[in-house]
Amino acid sequence: MTPCLTITNLSATLPGGARVLRDVSLDVNPGEVRALVGESGAGKSMIGKAILGVLPSSVRQVSGEIFLDGQDLGALSASKRRILVGANVALIPQDPLTALNPSRRIGSQMTDQLIKILGWNSAKAYTRIRQLLDEVQIRDRERVLRSYPHELSGGMRQRVLIATAFAAEPKLIVADEPTTALDVTVQKQILRLIATMQRQHATAILFVTHDLGVVAKISQQVTVLYGGMIIEQAGVSDLFADPQHAYTRALLRATPRYNDPDARVEPVQPDVLAGLQNELAANDHAWEKHLG
Amino acid sequence: MADPLYSICDLKLSLPDMARKPLFGPAPKIEILKGLSFELPRNAITGIVGESGSGKSTLGRAMVRLLEPTHGSISFDGDDLTHLTESALKPYRRDLQMIFQDPMSSLNPRRTIADIIAAPLRQYGLVDNLPQQIAQALDRVGLPQSFASRYRHELSGGQRQRVGIARALALSPKFVLADEIVSGLDVSTQAQILALLDQLCRQMGLTIAFISHDLSVIRRLCEQVIVLRSGEIVEMGNTSDVFDAPRHDYTRELIAAIPLPEPDTHWLDMETVG
Repeated sequence: MTPCLTITNLSATLPGGARVLRDVSLDVNPGEVRALVGESGAGKSMIGKAILGVLPSSVRQVSGEIFLDGQDLGALSASKRRILVGANVALIPQDPLTALNPSRRIGSQMTDQLIKILGWNSAKAYTRIRQLLDEVQIRDRERVLRSYPHELSGGMRQRVLIATAFAAEPKLIVADEPTTALDVTVQKQILRLIATMQRQHATAILFVTHDLGVVAKISQQVTVLYGGMIIEQAGVSDLFADPQHAYTRALLRATPRYNDPDARVEPVQPDVLAGLQNELAANDHAWEKHLG
Repeated sequence: MADPLYSICDLKLSLPDMARKPLFGPAPKIEILKGLSFELPRNAITGIVGESGSGKSTLGRAMVRLLEPTHGSISFDGDDLTHLTESALKPYRRDLQMIFQDPMSSLNPRRTIADIIAAPLRQYGLVDNLPQQIAQALDRVGLPQSFASRYRHELSGGQRQRVGIARALALSPKFVLADEIVSGLDVSTQAQILALLDQLCRQMGLTIAFISHDLSVIRRLCEQVIVLRSGEIVEMGNTSDVFDAPRHDYTRELIAAIPLPEPDTHWLDMETVG
């Protein structure tokens, strides 16, 4: 089975040469959810941005390939790449309010991709998004289609963006901390919705999050990152039952659990951080050698 | 409860509803807090938990009298603060301190860390041995002395939050309101800040109201918990009692909605109550 997404040895640098991604290699199989988890600065969002081709202007991809369904994105011209990515990859962003244009109605924003990238006519596009709004359990969909973003609640806006993401039947969805801004009860509804839609549509998802609780519930595969480097990759049950890397174990110990109040919640210890710094230094050394 | 720090009785508070404000004329009022009564024990951390719109931040702001209640009473350390004017509140202000959610926006970018921590001391004219007091404040929150001359942008998120805590504690207040102070932090930094609060509460005999939406954090840190929903108290009591045997459906729903870091394929399929 060809993976839906393959990333090999992806490195990206800031001006001055500091790397924000270090030799990242990972696969996402069709219909599978892979979580990218790490603390701030781990590079987890940067991977999603590299796939979508929206890296910040200061960040430059200096090595590595990204394959979408076996097709090397680096081998395509900018316009071909935009069409391929636009038709096959969708984004569920963290903050639905910034992702939506405040001055346009929901309906016209939801149909953008279908009309502009896929070239559908307006009637067909609206039929499709009505169907998706039903799937994400929005009851008064006609009102929602006519609304402006500020007229909807946070949970509703996130539902709208989930419906939009699935509308063109993408092969891959990059979900970048999609529930971080939500209340726990709404978060659970949204996670369930994403999981249900993902199963129905057999879509692969790259799920970026800092929350190990969310990782445990939504993903089948997990990639743990630190400082732009992959620390550990494993199936979700293996990762939580038997974490191999000291940093993964430390992250788990730093996460408080309501069902285990007596467990010691402790920050990542200095010896673990020192070990990580050594690994980063070794990685830098290998990189300099590679550059010659 | 014997000798609570706060006694709050039938507290109601209305604010202008800007969403329904007509183009001309005043905005209609909307009731945010709908009659809350509770007591806050001394030398303990009490968690205030609820979803967005539950009124938890409004309650906090009423407790430190940044907002004036429309009904009911707030008694602090035996004194009635409910309708005191700003000048009458002045003597109490030093005992009512706040730590904010986002240290980036609550620390002045143009001031050194020493100046930021010294600001409340200067306000009260406590300028004897100022450098020594600043050194002590930094030490208390585990920051090195060299940070005194730095600016906020030179610090990490966790270090900035420590500065916010140092400033709140500079006057050795009786009460500290901590409003979502760990929600912007990484788990490892969060664990550090929680341990620090716990330690400071015991060392300095502080009474802390800890507002959070994260029940796992509340469970870890707080002895007491108050669960709010739409401006009303749903449930309150000892944290272990509330978590082990929640009496209200809403509390059960909130607890069940927390994703624990344990793989469980059935968790997402479970219906939430209500």
